[in-house]
Amino acid sequence: MSAQFMQYLLTGITVGAIYALVALGFSIIFNASDVINFAQGEFVMIGGMATMSLIAAGLPYGLAIPLAVAAAALVGLALEKFAVEPARGASVVTLIIITIGASIFLRGLATLVWDKNLHAVRPFTGDAPIAIAGATILPQSLWVIGVTLAIVLALSWFFGRTLLGKAMLATSHNRLAAQLVGINVRMVLFMSFGLSAALGAVAGILIAPITTTSYDVGVMLGLKGFAAAILGGLGSGLGAVVGGIVLGVAETMSAGYVSSAYKDAIAFVIMLAVLFFLPSGLFGKRGGDRV
Amino acid sequence: MKFTQAGYRFKLGLAAAAAAFALVAGPAVAQQPIKIGAFLSVTGGAAFLGDPEQKTLELYVGKINDAGGVLGRKLQLVAYDSAGDAEKARTFAKRLIEQDKVDVIVGGSTTGETMAVVPLVEAAQIPFISLAGAVVIIEPVKKWVFKTPHTDRMACEKIFVDMQARKLSKIALISGNGGFDKSMRAQCLGVAKKYGIDVIADETYGDKDTDMTAQLTKIKNTAGVQAVLNAGFGAGPAIVTKNYRQIAISVPLYQSHGVASKAFIKLAGAAAEGVRLPAAALLIADNLPASDPQRSVVVNYEKEYESHFKSDVSTFGGHAYDGLMIAVDAIKKAGGTDKAKVRDAIEATHGYMGTGGLVNMSATDHLGLDLTAFRMLEVKGGDWTLVK
Repeated sequence: MSAQFMQYLLTGITVGAIYALVALGFSIIFNASDVINFAQGEFVMIGGMATMSLIAAGLPYGLAIPLAVAAAALVGLALEKFAVEPARGASVVTLIIITIGASIFLRGLATLVWDKNLHAVRPFTGDAPIAIAGATILPQSLWVIGVTLAIVLALSWFFGRTLLGKAMLATSHNRLAAQLVGINVRMVLFMSFGLSAALGAVAGILIAPITTTSYDVGVMLGLKGFAAAILGGLGSGLGAVVGGIVLGVAETMSAGYVSSAYKDAIAFVIMLAVLFFLPSGLFGKRGGDRV
Repeated sequence: MKFTQAGYRFKLGLAAAAAAFALVAGPAVAQQPIKIGAFLSVTGGAAFLGDPEQKTLELYVGKINDAGGVLGRKLQLVAYDSAGDAEKARTFAKRLIEQDKVDVIVGGSTTGETMAVVPLVEAAQIPFISLAGAVVIIEPVKKWVFKTPHTDRMACEKIFVDMQARKLSKIALISGNGGFDKSMRAQCLGVAKKYGIDVIADETYGDKDTDMTAQLTKIKNTAGVQAVLNAGFGAGPAIVTKNYRQIAISVPLYQSHGVASKAFIKLAGAAAEGVRLPAAALLIADNLPASDPQRSVVVNYEKEYESHFKSDVSTFGGHAYDGLMIAVDAIKKAGGTDKAKVRDAIEATHGYMGTGGLVNMSATDHLGLDLTAFRMLEVKGGDWTLVK
């Protein structure tokens, strides 16, 4: 019984860590621009697919991963430069629709650059399961959880200790005031797309060995990441992480103890319930200016 | 491919073209061609079915004409792209029957398209060989409708026969939420009793899920499970297989014919070792022993297809091959294109060895395949091996 519970918990945390990484990407862009970037899932896909083809080309992981993250970050920057920035001044809804268009475009592009097949990526460090209290976990899952933790710590240092990070934070609090004290708000927006694309790519690379990767892997992960971000409160870093973990654990617990057929439904019901009682999510900013 | 008189004269004028189309210049041109109608999902979501089907029909109609045609007449293929849309399929079938006046229809990549056309062909009384999967196409028997692909139910039965042989009777079922998965799950639950199989756990997962350890842990903790069957398609079965090894379930794992391709072994890696699944002979053409009566058919088709199109052979193209060959055989036996006689000849198809298996049709069976259409395979050393 407890071994069973442990297994559900470990699985839930692994799945949740991925949702958290995707959710963080949503939050960073939302903070900088009030835009929900629906191409976030495609950054996940680009990370996984680029790593897959670089590894296939004979590169070691140490080289393939930074290159894949850089490639995704470039795509993110290009998206901001050529799709979002020209529409500056347009309403938030228009910008959101632009990101939906971009996600469809990127998925189509991926079928041309790569193909429509599923691809396996070998795990970073073997795939012999590790036993913990009667449950098992894959070494790759430890990588997922470990790297997510490291990224959360790195981000809190970035936003709390560096000038660029503080500028981004200031912009999210009050864009006009930030501009008045001399922060280049356009640059902040530009950087936020690069940063969240890189985060998405890291998520894609981490899970590719567990789930396999394909051109449309980002659709569902993007959706779940978005749900996690909403659950935790859009724009909150802590919220994204907690939202992701809660969503992941809720999913596996309901699959294990209730019914796997209603797994997704139960996760979304929890999300709806939280939103009903806490409209801005678990850790979202309270106030009337954001909905 | 139209062999009109104008085209004939034009080609005579061009020596190079005439060399390429030398076959057209035979004396048989004087006769009316035999028209084979087809509506296939060449584009759209079901393109993975329709594309190889169309390529196969074009390839083999060409080859049959090269060899002198049928009964001294050329074949002419009239093919339309119904794009997976039942409404379009109906329109094109109407056009095939009324305008093109085809002699026989081979087509219908999906069950939806096929069923939309069934009332038309029944009313027009024209022989129709469908290339779609579901059992409803031939059950109940419809006078003018036949089909070539094996059914989900046969895959379930093949698996259950193997379980019986291994004395496994209490099983767990795990399936995705896609169309293929749901259909196969329903078919398996339907025939389980017949083989004395008790399904004591029934779990599902989402097609895009990244982890199935929760469902598998539940199965692992269900007392008495002797085997697990995964009815699935795409990435799901590979993840199920990996998770299965991760949490160390020791009972045998069966996969479905939905993942009977090398891609599955590649995706699941070492975890695939020992997995059993039913597969059409075409997918393991090179692994069949020389004594296998089906070997020459599937090896030849595979070679032809892959050398022409430079892409891997699929069972779907094989269904089109079988449909065309059964139609051609029936026209030969009927001695012409009289529709009632051709229909009777198709129904009397007996001992035809196709890519799908041995076909013995009858008035009550418009498919004609038995369980030998599937081979039970086991993954060993990263490759398929036949289970004796």
